[in-house]
Amino acid sequence: MPIVGAARSRVDGRDKVTGGAKYTCDRELPGMLHAVVVPSTIAYGRVLSIDDRDARVATGVVLVMTHANAPRVNENKSSPQDAKLFLLQNDAVEFDRQPVALVVARTFEQAVHGADLVRVVYETRAPQMDLDAGEVATPAQTAGNQPAAHRRPAAQPALASAHAQVDAIYRTPTEHHNPMETHGTIAAWDGDRLTLYDSTQWAFGVRTRLAHVLSIDPSAIRVIAPFVGGAFGSKGTAWSHVPLAAMAARATGKPVKLLVTRPQMFGWVGHRPQTEQHFAAGASADGTLVAMIHEVRNETSLSDEFVEPCAVFSRDLYAVPHYTMHQELRRLAISKPTYQRAPGESTGGFAVESAMDELAYELGIDPLALRLRNYSEVNPDNGKEYTSKKLRECYTQAADRFGWSKRTAPPRSMQRNGMLVGWGMATASRGTHRGDSDARITMYPDGSVVLAVGTIEQGTGSPTVYPQLAAAVLGISPDRVRFEWGDTNLPTAPLAAGSQTAASIGSATVLAAEQLRDRLVLLGGNVPPEGITIEVNAKVDEAEEGRYAQQAFGAHFAAVEVDPDLLHIRVTRFVGAYDVGRVLNAKTAGSQLVGAVVWGISMALYEQTRFDRRTGRIMNATLADYLVPTNADIPNPEVIAVEDDDQRVNPAGVRGMGEVAMCGSAAAVANAVYHATGIRVRELPITVEALL
Amino acid sequence: MTVPLGSAAAAQAPELSVSGPQANSVTLTINGAAHRMTIEPRVTLLDAIRDHAGLTGTKKGCDQGTCGACTVMVNGRRIDSCLTLAVMHQEDAITTIEGIANGEKLHPVQAAFIEYDGFQCGFCTPGQIVSAVAMLAEGHALDDQTVRTQMSGNICRCGCYPHIVEAILAAGKPA
Repeated sequence: MPIVGAARSRVDGRDKVTGGAKYTCDRELPGMLHAVVVPSTIAYGRVLSIDDRDARVATGVVLVMTHANAPRVNENKSSPQDAKLFLLQNDAVEFDRQPVALVVARTFEQAVHGADLVRVVYETRAPQMDLDAGEVATPAQTAGNQPAAHRRPAAQPALASAHAQVDAIYRTPTEHHNPMETHGTIAAWDGDRLTLYDSTQWAFGVRTRLAHVLSIDPSAIRVIAPFVGGAFGSKGTAWSHVPLAAMAARATGKPVKLLVTRPQMFGWVGHRPQTEQHFAAGASADGTLVAMIHEVRNETSLSDEFVEPCAVFSRDLYAVPHYTMHQELRRLAISKPTYQRAPGESTGGFAVESAMDELAYELGIDPLALRLRNYSEVNPDNGKEYTSKKLRECYTQAADRFGWSKRTAPPRSMQRNGMLVGWGMATASRGTHRGDSDARITMYPDGSVVLAVGTIEQGTGSPTVYPQLAAAVLGISPDRVRFEWGDTNLPTAPLAAGSQTAASIGSATVLAAEQLRDRLVLLGGNVPPEGITIEVNAKVDEAEEGRYAQQAFGAHFAAVEVDPDLLHIRVTRFVGAYDVGRVLNAKTAGSQLVGAVVWGISMALYEQTRFDRRTGRIMNATLADYLVPTNADIPNPEVIAVEDDDQRVNPAGVRGMGEVAMCGSAAAVANAVYHATGIRVRELPITVEALL
Repeated sequence: MTVPLGSAAAAQAPELSVSGPQANSVTLTINGAAHRMTIEPRVTLLDAIRDHAGLTGTKKGCDQGTCGACTVMVNGRRIDSCLTLAVMHQEDAITTIEGIANGEKLHPVQAAFIEYDGFQCGFCTPGQIVSAVAMLAEGHALDDQTVRTQMSGNICRCGCYPHIVEAILAAGKPA
């Protein structure tokens, strides 16, 4: 069995099953104080006055920080991608649960009580919460510097003359990431030097932003990111509580722990924006697509622009000669949206893959046959050859396993035990990304190896899989390689998001291990007493990157049962095959794919942040009211990773697997619901009400 | 003033030695060891375990009794430790994730979670495992659907549910 790809159990498994794994807020520093944020109770307006007299004299309270007494810091963005921070610098309120005060006390309970005693008087203005009426913001670019408007050539004339057409509006709601570990930070100053323990996907990004906010040199800041208890995009950036903890620690002269509460997770730490997507497609009688239009608008905040790049999904998938896309933003009185697992391609995939199902019914063609009819051997937008593409194999393997050929096409035609049965499918597609990464590898005379990269571990298996890659190059057991991570004192790593981590860290690991192997050969296999250390800087070569199109693909097949009387929907089966390049570890890879399928089912049936449109306040800011799937809601998804030795994509041979299984999976469920009921739901989540 | 317990069970329970809102000396028996601490009556069992006994394996995911990350056993029964006050448990035997293994030897449920990859980030895992160990002792039928239902008080946002079920079914099989 080769080392890479082996189903190696997690090396941090023992720590994680015994309670020994230390997450940020598991740490206790001598003399540490506890901070609790007071969030705004209005969405738009300003703070007229804050009465903190009771809070200040409450037992244990050390500091009440408001805009009246907070130290002046630099709230401005250091780059256009930065989020505006809310650091108690003025009286403006731009969204529900914006920080308006911070209470610091000797114990957590005293800080919570102190925060309850702070009385804030507001001047409330009517918040803009209507996507139709929000101020239009036109972004120059979407994520990854891609154009926000694009055509090849215009779709409208071709669409009008097409044999069959679909043309509809699809909507996806605001969603909050809600990792099980809420955000948290511990800040400790030693003179002018700051140490931050932070639950983050990017310790280096936190350091850069904090240096900017506090006007100190980045070298004076060390960020330590121990085990991260889930993130899904919400921990990709330093949100307001991180500098607030540092400010409070400086003001009190003590280390400060700031834990974001679950209801505050709906405040200033990002969310997936609601989208409204106009999608139209036209095809000839045999199903050949002739034109597509994908016009997207998504909510953004008053002070930031975040594009949910839905149209990337339609742009890069099917062979369509006439294509027009457009992305637009609408400003609402909400906090800044951010990337949430599979941004753009999950929400865009819902619209496109639902519409493809509608088109299949319009044409009387099997939904899978329609996809195959429009299969693109090259990237349909730029004509580039793929590094590799095994989507056809994904369709075949998943359809066979699922038994798709036994499906009868008419809605409501399949029933079992009095339940309406529906089978639906969809395509998965997700761009491959990679960032610059450094790595350091040291071999000691006893043959043991330490591999170090300042990335993080959020459940993807970093300490387990990168040693496998290094061990394979060196021809040793992965048990001989220990991985060090989670610290800005280690070699620089990119943001752990966008399914780019294995491509980035993995490539740096392979290059470092190869150089170590070469050095070892030169030394005749003798390791000097101080060991052999290799440091690499694995930079992405833009020209080389642009030679081929890089994309992960897949095929989802879902079965649902709908109770004809109660209209309750259950996903009973899910089979997906995914084309992700090389699999580094069958065990951890399987978990990531299953997890992404669960997120797709969740997007289809459960998740939605609900706002009171009059006040702009969130109405379901708890895990009792914001629905995420429980164990009983989820079937046992069967996931297949289609084997592929992709030599062109990057030294690690991976195309990203944390997100692709979430792209289109919500549509597979929605299409199954249509097949079961004959009701086409174009707005997520699909609730009982939608089927009435 | 003595803190009233206000339940039928309180009639048999010994009077609590806790008075007033200020910090009191409280002793909790966690994993068989006595932990003496000076805490206010409003401190939850979860915060007492984490912040005062220093056993940080038990996690705070919501502090509202909605996620199950703080699951511990009290006299063998699984509960959300964020929903109860520490001072109410001075006579109880509390078991946390740190008390599940037998020394260096993992409990079969812990070993199965590793084998079946029943976690990713690991943050909900201590609660899942304590809940699973208690569930097995409750004597439910060991089938897929029963396990899913019985484990639905513990949310896993990474989406490891199928692997959690496999691990519990494997660990629960008679040897």
